[in-house]
Amino acid sequence: MEQKGTLTVKRGLAQMLKGGVIMDVVTPEQAVIAQEAGAVAVMALERIPADIRAAGGVARMSNLELIRSIMDAVTIPVMAKVRIGHIGEAQVLQALGVDFIDESEVLTPADDKFHLAKNDYTTPFVCGARDLGEALRRIAEGAAMIRSKGEAGSGNIVEAVRHMRAIGDGIRELTVAPKEELVARARDLGAPLDLVTYVAENGKLPVVLFCAGGVSTPADASLMMQLGAEGIFVGSGIFKSNDPKAFSKAIVAATTHYDDPKAVVEASLSLGRDAAAMEGIDLRKIPESELLASRGA
Amino acid sequence: MAPRPQVGVLALQGDVDEHLAALERAGALGIAVKTRASLDACEALVVPGGESTTVIRLLDRFALADPVRERVRAGMPLWGTCMGMIVVSRAVAGLDQPTLGLLDVTVRRNAFGRQNDSAEVDLAIPVLGEPAFPAIFIRAPWIESAGPGVEVLATYGEHGVMVRQGNVLGTSFHPELTEDPRIHRYFLGMLAP
Repeated sequence: MEQKGTLTVKRGLAQMLKGGVIMDVVTPEQAVIAQEAGAVAVMALERIPADIRAAGGVARMSNLELIRSIMDAVTIPVMAKVRIGHIGEAQVLQALGVDFIDESEVLTPADDKFHLAKNDYTTPFVCGARDLGEALRRIAEGAAMIRSKGEAGSGNIVEAVRHMRAIGDGIRELTVAPKEELVARARDLGAPLDLVTYVAENGKLPVVLFCAGGVSTPADASLMMQLGAEGIFVGSGIFKSNDPKAFSKAIVAATTHYDDPKAVVEASLSLGRDAAAMEGIDLRKIPESELLASRGA
Repeated sequence: MAPRPQVGVLALQGDVDEHLAALERAGALGIAVKTRASLDACEALVVPGGESTTVIRLLDRFALADPVRERVRAGMPLWGTCMGMIVVSRAVAGLDQPTLGLLDVTVRRNAFGRQNDSAEVDLAIPVLGEPAFPAIFIRAPWIESAGPGVEVLATYGEHGVMVRQGNVLGTSFHPELTEDPRIHRYFLGMLAP
């Protein structure tokens, strides 16, 4: 008997990515650089978030020929993004055969009320979250992996820190909550009771939790792993730096040895004297209407 | 009570915690191995699931490849699951990918297909007896060819998916993602008494 697309194999792929770095790439050549540097997966995109932010307009699923050429270029898993709630794009990416689909606030939402019914798909999904309730809602819909939202393309880690701390605090609060409170907690979180109970009993999400949004340096990666991330998405941070090869290798090394400051020093020194991380944006200077993290809740 | 054996799980990347928990359930003391010092403390080593291109590079970058080879050639039991089996193999079919060369097999990566072909399978494994083992294949490799000293312990379709050569064990699938402790116990049984 053989069963495909089960919760176990979908969540399982995310488990295999733990301790690793997933990198945004916009060409097959960048995908190869990422793989050579030790990325555990790549996110195939037409434009990295910093450029999506700069371009404005409607951001959609990437060109399929581009995604396919990236799938052909590397042996590691390839992810691609769909607009929130876009059933058509999601079915197309599944049929194309990508390994993971990111239902992402970085693209312009297709549905301003509802996310995809992700349990219906064979391909696993990752979704962004800013707090525990949002994470559990996405898991209830079928997400096989959760990432912080951060503020994509900003080069600023503060939003990702806020989200990882909020998710961590939410989990810790449930682990010490008396049983009598769990139904009310589920109501307040806007999340199903079975998932709230799971978190209360196990002290963690039932799926893997990564950090995304604003990671630009080896020390950023170390920070997020220490805040409880099980791995790192790096979007604009690598290919908006002045030396993508060096930055990708250094961020991989710092993610593996995040708890050893000497190893993070080594990784940072490997960047050399002229290393320049991507330029960041003060989030207070981004107009409210252009903030990505508040899309989809 | 005899002291519990100390079994390392290579912790450069992958599903390390799942193996540590499964080893505990099987009666061992699990140690996450990221450094030479932690490797030296182990009596056996598991290379978990993950991405082989990532881990083989990190083994080199952090100078662990040769110490692992030396320990295994001196008799330390070694078990690779999925990515781990690729890392310990002799060669990867169709790819110029470095490996540790400790298990005399050629593996084919992503042999069953991409993620949409990942599957749960009830697998007959004669050395474990009944019932069938709940094998979880995730972008899994299979054994393309094996040297004469390699015993094939289970096949799925046409290809070997569980093999043993002396002190080295390989599985295409992920026993650490199940509650079934039989293969972890089998591996602990490979420790010298």
